[in-house]
Amino acid sequence: MESAAVSSHDSTIQEIGFERTLYPYVMGTSVLGMKYKDGVLLAADLGGSYGSTLRYKSVERIKPIGKHSLLGASGEISDFQEILRYLDELILYDNMWDDGNSLGPKEVHNYLNRLMYNRRNKFNPLWNSLVLGGVKNGQKYLGMVGMIGTHFEDNHVATGFGNHLARPILRDEWNEDMSFEEAVKLLEKCLRVLLYRDRSSINKFQIAKITEEGVTIFPPYSLKTFWGFSAFKNPTKGAEGSW
Amino acid sequence: MALSRDWMYENNGGTCVAIAGADYCVVAADTRLSIGYSIYTRDYSKICNLAEKCVLASSGFQGDIKALQKNLAARHLIYQHQHNKQMSCPAMAQLLSNTLYFKRFFPYYAFNVLGGLDNEGKGCVFTYDAVGSYERVGYSAQGSGSTLVMPILDNQLKTPSPLLLPARDAVTPLSEADAVDMVKDVFASATERDIYTGDKLEIVILNASGVRREFIDLRKD
Repeated sequence: MESAAVSSHDSTIQEIGFERTLYPYVMGTSVLGMKYKDGVLLAADLGGSYGSTLRYKSVERIKPIGKHSLLGASGEISDFQEILRYLDELILYDNMWDDGNSLGPKEVHNYLNRLMYNRRNKFNPLWNSLVLGGVKNGQKYLGMVGMIGTHFEDNHVATGFGNHLARPILRDEWNEDMSFEEAVKLLEKCLRVLLYRDRSSINKFQIAKITEEGVTIFPPYSLKTFWGFSAFKNPTKGAEGSW
Repeated sequence: MALSRDWMYENNGGTCVAIAGADYCVVAADTRLSIGYSIYTRDYSKICNLAEKCVLASSGFQGDIKALQKNLAARHLIYQHQHNKQMSCPAMAQLLSNTLYFKRFFPYYAFNVLGGLDNEGKGCVFTYDAVGSYERVGYSAQGSGSTLVMPILDNQLKTPSPLLLPARDAVTPLSEADAVDMVKDVFASATERDIYTGDKLEIVILNASGVRREFIDLRKD
């Protein structure tokens, strides 16, 4: 499977007529998703990090899929674009049937699940964690697919750092009948925590909403942050001479 | 990064137990899906109804488990089309073993217990390792809490010793209600000490009248 041309310094492996990269390069950070009364909300920042450099600051990591779904991705951005191409083809073939039927979020989630697992089996993963939300026939759906095909469905999901920082807040404060305003407030609370504590997040977010009526991806905006804590004002107060 | 090969598997935790009785079989698993020290969700079923009298519970890497269960369910559908009947539990047991060994050199990271009723209506439990070696037993536990559960079952189920000659059937003489209570007890204990076990317990009971499902809350910490 791996030819003699492997070099451990190289980031590529050469097999006959087939090359693949082995490291993620430009990565997006957490994506959050939660169900609310009328549908599903997804939120993510617009950052694309190149290692420790914040290289790209207008990367839209949430996209609509077909009529009924929203896809948010964290991880390697180019792999996300590849996934969008796969889904484009899927939705195109679905539309070409022209039979009044359309792929719902459950179906797209299953497709993504199989896609990620299949790539993992071929040792050529798509280095992403995906959040898939949608509404079809009044049924709300929210699921997550990991890089190697781990997947589940829940009332609120998060990828990456969001799992550690945002999920606990969501577990505590989410309830079944949140209005849109309440849901956005809760998401902003989580996004603010991520902004403070996740090194690769930036203060430029996008919230996307999907309801039975359709998709709305809101324009990017920033959150107010507060840095005026007394402990920050004189950081060496307790340890004179240090910096 | 992808060269190092340790990204390919992860352990999503959980415990699975099955107990066979004279005319029933109890299959149970918790519903927690974990990753590292985090919880993805508290509500994920590890149990799959493969056939009318055959239930599979698996713990391990969830991507592989889902693929394995789908694979078996699809094969069962083909069997039904070709033979016009449901697969028996021992037949499914052999199929599962073969399916696992097929991927001997890139295994399904799944630890399985198959439970059901055999052709005579007696309870049967089959226990597996990740590459398909299997054995018909009277009871078994697999997964992250298996080492906590198995000793209790050995002690409490009052089954004949496997060392006796001639070999005796290892099904438990307990009644169905007692076996279900036992399952609830062992999971409560496993939840106390195994971080990957908890949240909710799903119990599937198969007997002559059909299949029944129960859900019990477990500790969420």
